[in-house]
Amino acid sequence: MIKAVNIIKSFDGRTVLNDVSVEFGTGQCNLIIGRSGSGKTVLLKSLVGLHDVDEGAIYYDDICYSTLDFRARKAIRKDVGMIFQGGALLDASTVAENVKLPLDLFTDQSEEEKMERVNYCLHRVNLDHAHNLYPSELSGGMVKRAAIARAIVMNPRYLFCDEPNSGLDPQTSIVIDNLIHDITKEYNITTIINTHDMNSVMEIGEKIVFIYEGNKWWEGSNQDILHSDNQELNDFVFASAMAKRAKGNIVK
Amino acid sequence: MFRIFESIGRYVLLMQKVFSRPEKMQIYYTRIVREMEALGLNSIGLTAIISVFIGSAVTLQMAITLESPFIPQFMIGYATREVMILEFSSTVVALILAGKVGSNIASEIGTMRITEQIDALEIMGVNSASYLILPKIVATVFFFPFLAIFSMLIGIGGGYGIAVITGIMNPMEYIDGLKYCFYTSEIWYALTKMVFFAFFITSISAYCGYYAKGNSLEVGRASTQAVVVSSIVIMICNLVLTQLLRT
Ligand SMILES: Nc1ncnc2c1ncn2[C@@H]1O[C@H](COP(=O)(O)OP(=O)(O)O)[C@@H](O)[C@H]1O
Ligand SMILES: [Mg+2]
Repeated sequence: MIKAVNIIKSFDGRTVLNDVSVEFGTGQCNLIIGRSGSGKTVLLKSLVGLHDVDEGAIYYDDICYSTLDFRARKAIRKDVGMIFQGGALLDASTVAENVKLPLDLFTDQSEEEKMERVNYCLHRVNLDHAHNLYPSELSGGMVKRAAIARAIVMNPRYLFCDEPNSGLDPQTSIVIDNLIHDITKEYNITTIINTHDMNSVMEIGEKIVFIYEGNKWWEGSNQDILHSDNQELNDFVFASAMAKRAKGNIVK
Repeated sequence: MFRIFESIGRYVLLMQKVFSRPEKMQIYYTRIVREMEALGLNSIGLTAIISVFIGSAVTLQMAITLESPFIPQFMIGYATREVMILEFSSTVVALILAGKVGSNIASEIGTMRITEQIDALEIMGVNSASYLILPKIVATVFFFPFLAIFSMLIGIGGGYGIAVITGIMNPMEYIDGLKYCFYTSEIWYALTKMVFFAFFITSISAYCGYYAKGNSLEVGRASTQAVVVSSIVIMICNLVLTQLLRT
């Protein structure tokens, strides 16, 4: 479980997160949705500790994360995996080296044990033949899958994903979504996903939080989202022509 | 003015992070070797080219300027040696390396910053400053003095070459001049300077890249800034060290 209590974050006097309180459950896919620029990435990075919040507190299960010092945070970070919007693989290392890096740094396993784990993770994301490729040689979907492999190599208890399927075609998006969903269930992870893809919302969203201009505007499940009477949420959800048409059918 | 102090403060804090205890020595060792290749070995060609040309140009200039019956010819070799060892092979080579290596470091680390690779390291619990910057500092501080020695040899050799080729002076007198009044302390002085220069080039460029934000324009700006600032610091540092070490 991850919980934010009344967090406020501003940059140079401009408030980006305005008093957001929200709780994300264990073993489920929690989605943060909202328009581009609404503050999703800032919220995610605040939760994970890449941004220090100005006010409020963040809890990882019952540990108050935001008051911990560098050393204590480091201990928790071993349990955290994150998938960045652009993948953020190290350009100078191959896919296998990228996935292996956390093992190199934080475990005392032998080379065989580490390679076994790397092979397992790459197999899990269907990248069996990409070991020796460099990030610049991968397609968009492969970058995301390699990033997932790296995020899960240390068996995280918390998984953060910033727009995991932005820039991907619809079919590849579904593959990535399902992968994250399956991993979440398999290892009972607290997963938080930023997205503006309504398809993800309907397919894997168990809890959905709608951020509007830095405020938490709505929360609920993907069952409720179609029947909400929240104007901004409806504008967001039914923005596409196809969704509008579908809604027409529901109403009729 | 306040901005300068703020930057110096941030630079000092970053260096504290860089020199905190490494996570695992083995990893650092491999990275240091890689950086020595990328930042040191790959600069040998450039160093050789500029050194041979400057060495021969200095000899040529001296030969033309000192053409007088009252100045013995071996003084030309002597002067070339002094110029190469005392200033060229450390200070000027450092300036040129600041252009090559400095911009390389700043743009590499800057790109890692804006593509969130540094954030990704932090999330893993890695001290990203130490992991990325320390191997570069160790590699250059260790390797640049060798580049300086190399530059001295090549430059002085270039002077000899030009004497032979043009016949503007007697090569034997050039050799005599090289041996005239020679103290090894001059070489130590040059190498000490180079150690400081290497540290400043690498750490300042890394600082510029590490705090880059925004987009590729900003990375370009960071790498320009890295070259400008480290060049200025090299010049100031050169004066200070000369005053401290030579008097
Ligand atoms: N490091 C930063 N410094 C200043 N402003 C920022 C920073 N990061 C994000 N912002 C601002 O915060 C707002 C929300 O950004 P972001 O969370 O990235 O949006 P999104 O919902 O698209 O992920 C934007 O207006 C952006 O300009
Ligand atoms: Mg974003």
